[in-house]
Amino acid sequence: MTTIDSHVGATSDGPSMPFVAAVGQWVTSSDHKKIGRLFIGWSLVHAIEVAVLGAIFGFERMSPAGFEVFAGDAALQLSWYSRHLLILGLIAPLFLGVAIAVVPLQVGSRAIALPRMAQFSFWAWLFGSGLVLVSILGNGGPGGGNADMVDLFLLGVGLVAAGLIAGYVSVATTVMTSRAPGMTMDMVPPFSWSALVGSITSILALPVAIGTLIYLYVDHTAAQLAFGSNKDIEKWLGWVYGEPLSFVFVVMALGVLAEIAPVTARIRQPLRPVVLVGLGLASSGVLGAVTQSSHVLSLDGSAGDKISSALPFLLFNGLPLLGALVSVAVALLALKEGRPSVKASFAFASLGSLMILAGIAGSFVQHIESADVVASSFADGVTAYLVYGAVLCALGGITHWAPKLWGVVLDDKKVLGLTGLGLLATVLASLPLYIAGFAGQPAHAVHGFDYDGPVALWNLLAAVGAALMALVVLAFVGLLVSAVRAGAGASDDPWDAQTLEWSVPSPAPSDNFAELPQVNSSEPLLDVKPSQEVPA
Amino acid sequence: MSLALPAAPQQQSRRQLLVSTALVAAGLGMLMAGMLAMWMKFRAGAPTRESSDGLYMIKDWLPESIKIPEVAANTMFSTFPFAALMAQWAVYASKRRDRGHRSLALIITFVIGLAIVNAQLAIYMKMEMGLAEGAYQTMFFAITGTMMFMVITGMAFTAVAFFRSVGGRDDDQQLISAHAFYWYFLTAVFTAMWFFVYVQK
Repeated sequence: MTTIDSHVGATSDGPSMPFVAAVGQWVTSSDHKKIGRLFIGWSLVHAIEVAVLGAIFGFERMSPAGFEVFAGDAALQLSWYSRHLLILGLIAPLFLGVAIAVVPLQVGSRAIALPRMAQFSFWAWLFGSGLVLVSILGNGGPGGGNADMVDLFLLGVGLVAAGLIAGYVSVATTVMTSRAPGMTMDMVPPFSWSALVGSITSILALPVAIGTLIYLYVDHTAAQLAFGSNKDIEKWLGWVYGEPLSFVFVVMALGVLAEIAPVTARIRQPLRPVVLVGLGLASSGVLGAVTQSSHVLSLDGSAGDKISSALPFLLFNGLPLLGALVSVAVALLALKEGRPSVKASFAFASLGSLMILAGIAGSFVQHIESADVVASSFADGVTAYLVYGAVLCALGGITHWAPKLWGVVLDDKKVLGLTGLGLLATVLASLPLYIAGFAGQPAHAVHGFDYDGPVALWNLLAAVGAALMALVVLAFVGLLVSAVRAGAGASDDPWDAQTLEWSVPSPAPSDNFAELPQVNSSEPLLDVKPSQEVPA
Repeated sequence: MSLALPAAPQQQSRRQLLVSTALVAAGLGMLMAGMLAMWMKFRAGAPTRESSDGLYMIKDWLPESIKIPEVAANTMFSTFPFAALMAQWAVYASKRRDRGHRSLALIITFVIGLAIVNAQLAIYMKMEMGLAEGAYQTMFFAITGTMMFMVITGMAFTAVAFFRSVGGRDDDQQLISAHAFYWYFLTAVFTAMWFFVYVQK
């Protein structure tokens, strides 16, 4: 074993490769950039899919007692499918894909650690996602009428989780073992740090979900005596698709902002260790997730009761909020110190991070008993803020690293236009659900509820927001595809950046680095560039 | 390299395989911890009933008709450390580049793994209970089956290490160390499972 392993079967695209050979190469490639791009591509397909589903649900909720697109249990099943897509079909694989593609370049490695495991990760996740889709189409999933398809749903979710874990192991091992000579852990770039923290916490949290799935699967195929029928799956598996587990998956989104902010400000991040600590604290949601229960703050009872209620609440809900606040605030503070040149990638990442903060803060409020929104659509609003905010950050990251992954620079003005639309879409898809939650709209419900207030207005706005998000993602993919087809070559360092990936040609070659670089600081490129920065 | 960063000399290995094995073990440890936590939750939530002699109230969790063959369970418990010991012997032999003893140690580790699987099958057969007969039965098969999956994974790891060993890969010390780490991990996990499932029941 060597410190920096060579690619296993890494190959590059030929200019006139036959279609079948090209497909074969993508299927069998262990090049981390290809695996990462596969993850990113399929996750964005899921993003469009889930936004369209969200729009249909919103329109259906406008008149919950009348207009019905999905009759009977279909609404429950598709609502579950939508929740599955949001978390395990979208934000988790989207950021895993960005991490697989970017982290080896950032830490100065010629390849990702355990490339076959990273390859297995994508195909297991994709196959599992396919099984989940087939099970839903076959009247399976929670609330489904076909017992075999319910089993298939459980199997599919398990495979998805196993695939993601394999990818996280690969990413975490890369950061821990394959860094360039001289790069100590405190010199790891913020995005790679967030990838390490997010990967380790996911490796700890997702197996607990698999354990639950094993019980559910065995019980469901047997007598359904321990865990109940398919309608009780929510009780056992609901925590996987809610907070605080989703905090773990958005840590990398905050890492994107922490990475891009100092590049935008054109300085070394003055409070770099604080950013890294903030990212670590933000992932502490894993502590609450593995307990598989909500920790609600109750202000009733004696002082002792209040303290015993407040401590887990603050630990599991307060600590991630504090970490996210610190990392975002310090990242943005860099702008004040430097000479910022705002690009679309920064706009996407900063707006997305603010949306994530709104989601984590919402989750904090949601778990205060006296707010009376625990089981309301407020929870759907929290998830929408977190997921759509994370999508905006991911689009920022893709814009930032497009030169290394595809060899193109996206049209900044056009992408900047999309950031505004993305912000509007996120707020529209989320905020009305917060308000409807206070009015008494139940969580995850599509039919059979009523409350005093403009039901139609809140749900129409949420539907428009979701539809707009689908259009934003579609337009972004269109911009990326047209740029790749145009083949406009990007320079090696178009953003005047600071980390190792910008020292190699664009797009990054198969083996990343011709020679392993010696690293002497957290911003190795600034050490060799003519002094342009404002001293921190 | 577009920007002239200084080239670095080659570095020593940073234990890629050992680190990834530790991460996988951490994940599997969480899997079993989560399953044991649910086991205890169900046991704590079970209703109480009078004992067969009518003297005291007991949890209606383990059905009266089911008798756990404790000899086989305790044999498994005492066998796991020997597997770890053999795996450690392989590490010792590997450091001395002693291919013969390394391969022998790996074969014995594999055979001990087989014995553990055999003991688990004996427990299933002696208990004579069906998967669908109740909550206890379902959860017992699920948790012990998961443990067996982890043991079989360990045996596959042993087989890979063995074939590489006899194939002359004398530089595979890290693989042998990671393999030993995994068997230590299995021993620790089974100890926890043995206590909660076979002792406390």
